[in-house]
Order: sequence, then structure tokens, then C-alpha cells
Amino acid sequence: MSSLRYRTIKDKIFFYCVCGLSSLTVIPLFAIIWELIRKGYKQINWSFFTETAPSTLDAMLARGTGDIIPGGIANGILGTLLMVAIASVIAIPVGIMVGIHLSEHPKTKFSNATRFITDLIQGSPSIVIGIIAYAWVVKPLGGYSAFAGSVSLAIMMIPLIVRSTEETLKMLPGSLKEAGLALGSSYTNVILRVLLPSAFGGLFTGILLAVSRVMGETAPLMLTALGSTAINWNVMEPTSAVPLLIWEFYNDPNLIDMIWSSSLFLLILVLSLNLIAKHIAKKWKIQ
Amino acid sequence: MEQEHIQISNPILQLKDVSISYSPGKNAVKNVSADIARNKITAIMGPSGCGKSTLLRAINRMHELYPDIKIMGEILLDGKNILKMNPMEVRRMAGMVFQRPNPFPTMSIFDNVVAGYKLNGISLGKSEKEEIVERCLTNVGLWNEVKDSLFKKGTFLSGGQQQRLCIARALALKPDVLLMDEPTSALDPIATNRIEELLLDLKNEFSIVIVTHNMSQAARISDYSMFMYLGELVEYDTTQTMFTNPKDKRTNEYLSGQFG
Ligand SMILES: Nc1ncnc2c1ncn2[C@@H]1O[C@H](COP(=O)(O)OP(=O)(O)OP(=O)(O)O)[C@@H](O)[C@H]1O
Ligand SMILES: [Mg+2]
Repeated sequence: MSSLRYRTIKDKIFFYCVCGLSSLTVIPLFAIIWELIRKGYKQINWSFFTETAPSTLDAMLARGTGDIIPGGIANGILGTLLMVAIASVIAIPVGIMVGIHLSEHPKTKFSNATRFITDLIQGSPSIVIGIIAYAWVVKPLGGYSAFAGSVSLAIMMIPLIVRSTEETLKMLPGSLKEAGLALGSSYTNVILRVLLPSAFGGLFTGILLAVSRVMGETAPLMLTALGSTAINWNVMEPTSAVPLLIWEFYNDPNLIDMIWSSSLFLLILVLSLNLIAKHIAKKWKIQ
Repeated sequence: MEQEHIQISNPILQLKDVSISYSPGKNAVKNVSADIARNKITAIMGPSGCGKSTLLRAINRMHELYPDIKIMGEILLDGKNILKMNPMEVRRMAGMVFQRPNPFPTMSIFDNVVAGYKLNGISLGKSEKEEIVERCLTNVGLWNEVKDSLFKKGTFLSGGQQQRLCIARALALKPDVLLMDEPTSALDPIATNRIEELLLDLKNEFSIVIVTHNMSQAARISDYSMFMYLGELVEYDTTQTMFTNPKDKRTNEYLSGQFG
């Protein structure tokens, strides 16, 4: 009897420990969000999305009168969207095709080598990938550009998409492929019309996670896209991005207040992508 | 070793000394020779692991998905060596229904039925598709149950309905032979009964080879029966003869429930 009570007490203590520790880990997250909202919300208005960052002088004047800093981060938002879009156009087809190959021919030497290289890229510090993109794209093309930034982001996205594609396709029951082939379908058609649609949820989730992963990348963009104070639509020109702007604001005492609103915006963007990805993953779960 | 089996004239399928191995030196199917009759139901029986599925899957070249599997001997489909034909053509002529229903999860009931055409890149007009869907679903006795929900996902159906959908999907391509691997083993008695009735109807148009564990099912629906044991085709005869007067001792033991 007493041992049962002892065990119940032990259970309780364990339970409270788990609760306590997990809330301890959640605290920093909420602290960050709270801090960003508190310091950044005032800045987020219409012009935040439509105007570029103010000059140091304008910011200084506004600060002097106690106003919020005028202007916004439109150049960064546009640059981020542009570069992530181009990176996706490069990385999605490549990643999905490589993923299909890995799941269809899991044991060949080529597949093992590919898997090793994807792991290697995925584990590389992003600054190294920036340097590679600098050497491959910036140098040959003779200048910093949004395109070079996209290439560096694409290199970071590919391993994530490859792996999620491979994992998702592997989870599909073999009977699905057999069902398609047994109807006399070609291999290509089975992949395109049966396997990929069935894996859609997993693929889409993987892509969203890859996008949200690279959206906040700063280091590779410093070496490739460089940054720009103006709104730029030309992919062959230096271009800004939200994380690049945050870094620039941080380095300018007059603009430093802008880091809160910009970070809040970036965090919300990335968090929502993550949440959408989770939601889709749940909804499309393979029966 | 060549056994003497029943002679079939004008067979749809001819198995000539077929051996199949999953790993070198170990044959899961051993020297099977048999002719299979047109527009009849041929049942393949035998204890678990005797190679029934393995033999059936050789007929539509399903084993080619797995490079380790080796097949020896010859299989003729309507007189032509299947290895000399395009595998896609073989699989269209010999439709397959699997043990577990496997409708395409992303497709509606309607699209599942015509999936064979879509996957083969054959485009059909709307009315053609509707005609095929209605005919095939009626064939499998599913039309009245699903005609109001044709555009729902096939996976919403019950197990028995899904299996009938899979049969409809195979029928839609008008194969010559229907290969069925224990199509009713996952179903309840009522659904099983309906599929058995369906097969009896279908044999006017198709030749059917059905693997079954269920001896009474074989007795009820098949015209010819094979008994396999440890990879060998022990006995092959009309179902009537097999059940009333089996020649081999092992067949007799199996049919009287002494093993299996
Ligand atoms: N994928 C595989 N790899 C290796 N061996 C296999 C494989 N599939 C089947 N076998 C072996 O081949 C033999 C025949 O298997 P098969 O599946 O054809 O039997 P079966 O008669 O269909 O049995 P059941 O009635 O249980 O379905 C068995 O001994 C089995 O162990
Ligand atoms: Mg089997």
C-alpha cells in the first residue's frame, strides 16, 4: 500500500517537473514575441509596406521630435519575396526530381552519394553557401544581384526538399505504385499522376518549411544580393531583403528602432508559414 | 519434372515450365506448366506460402518492379510470349485485382474507374467516360450505391465497395484476363458473396484466374482448380474432379482440412 502511495507521489513530482521545465523553455519564446510586439507595433502601418527605409537624416529628425521613424521596408519585402520566389523556381523541380530518384532507387551508389552530398549541404554553415554562390554567380556575372541571392537560397532549399520528397514518397504504400502499373501505365505516368498527387501534402509541407527556413537567411545574401536602398525589380541588380535591412538598421544608431518592427514582420511571416505547413501536413496525412 | 495435367484447348494463358525465385537457388515456384481456359474461372489453391501470389504476379510481369526476382520458363498470353510484348501491353491485357483494395486516394470514384485510360494517356470524351463508368460500376453492382456520390473520393467507400471499385477499374480497360489475388479475403461474407456472383457474371466476357485460400469459394465459383504445394503445381483438374476425386494424396489431405 505504502509503495503505491510512494509511486503516486513520485509520479506527481515527475509531472510537475515536466510542466515546470517545459514552461521554462516556452518563456523565452513568449518573451521574444512580447518584446518585438511592444517595441515594434507602432512602426507597422501602411507606409511600412509601401515605402523604403528613410535616410539617416530623416530618421534623426523624427527621433528628435519624438515621432516614429517614417518610411518602411518595402524594398526588403519585395526583395525577399522576389528572391525566395526565384529560389523556389530553381529548388522545387530539382529537389522533387532528386527526391523521386532517391525513393525509387534507394540503394544505388549514385543515390548514396547524393544522399551524402545533400546532408553535407544541409549541414553547411549558410555563410559557406554564400561564398559558393559568390564564386559561382557573382564573380562570373560581374556583380551582386538578386539572382545570385536566389541561387544561394536555392542551394539551401534543395536538400530540405529532397529529403521531404524522399520521405513522403517512401511512406506511400507500395500497393499504390503496383495498382498504377497493373493498369498498364508507364512508369513516368505512375509517378506523375499517382505518386506525386498522393504525396502532395508532404511535398507542399516540405516546400513551405524550406521557404520559411531560407526567408530569414542573412549571411548568404550579404555575399550575393548585397542590399539596396531602393525598390528594385531587376533581378540582375543588387537587391535588399528583410533580414539584410535588419542588419543595416542595427548598424545605424538612428535607424536602430526599425529592427523591432522588421523583426516582428519577419517572425510573423516565418511563423505563419510554419503553421500553415503543419496544418497542411495534418490535413493531407496519408491514410 | 513434368506432370500430366488436364488438357485445355485454345487456352488464353499457357505456363511452360515456369520457375520463380526471390533469391538465387531458392525457387518459390517450381516448374509449373499449365494451360488456362478462356472464359472460365480457374482457382489457384494451396497453403500459405506455396507460391500462389508469386505465380499470379508473374503473369502480368509485376515482378519486374523488383530486380532480385528471377523468372524462368515461358508464359504465353493469347499465344504470345509475354516477354516479347511490351510490359504495359501485357498489363493491360491481364488486369489485376489485389488482395487489399487499393483505389487511388487522390481520385474520385469516377476518376478511379477511368484511371486506366488516364494513366495510359488515352483521352476520352465526356460521354464516353460516363458510359464506361456507369457500365463498369453496374457490372460490379456498385452503381446504385454510388451514383449520387461519383465525385467523392474512392477511399470514403467501405472495404467491400472499394474492392468492387478496384474490380471496376480493372474491367474498364477490357482486359482479356482478370488476375485476382484473394480478392475477398479482406471482406465480410455479404461483400464476398456479391463479388462471387459478379465473377460468375463476368466470365462470359473475361477469363478469370483467382487465388483463394477459401476452398468452398473455389468449389462454388471455379470451373478449373489448381492445387499448389511448396511451389509445385501438384494437381490441376476440373473443380468437380478435384473436389470429388483428387488424384494426389496431398490434394486430398488439403481438401479434407488436414493441413493448410
Ligand atoms: N518479397 C519476397 N521476398 C522474398 N521471398 C518472398 C517474397 N514474397 C514471397 N516470398 C516467398 O515466396 C514463397 C511464396 O510466397 P507467395 O506470397 O507466393 O505465397 P502465397 O501462396 O501467395 O501465400 P499466401 O496464401 O500466404 O498469400 C514464400 O515462401 C515466401 O516466403
Ligand atoms: Mg499470396
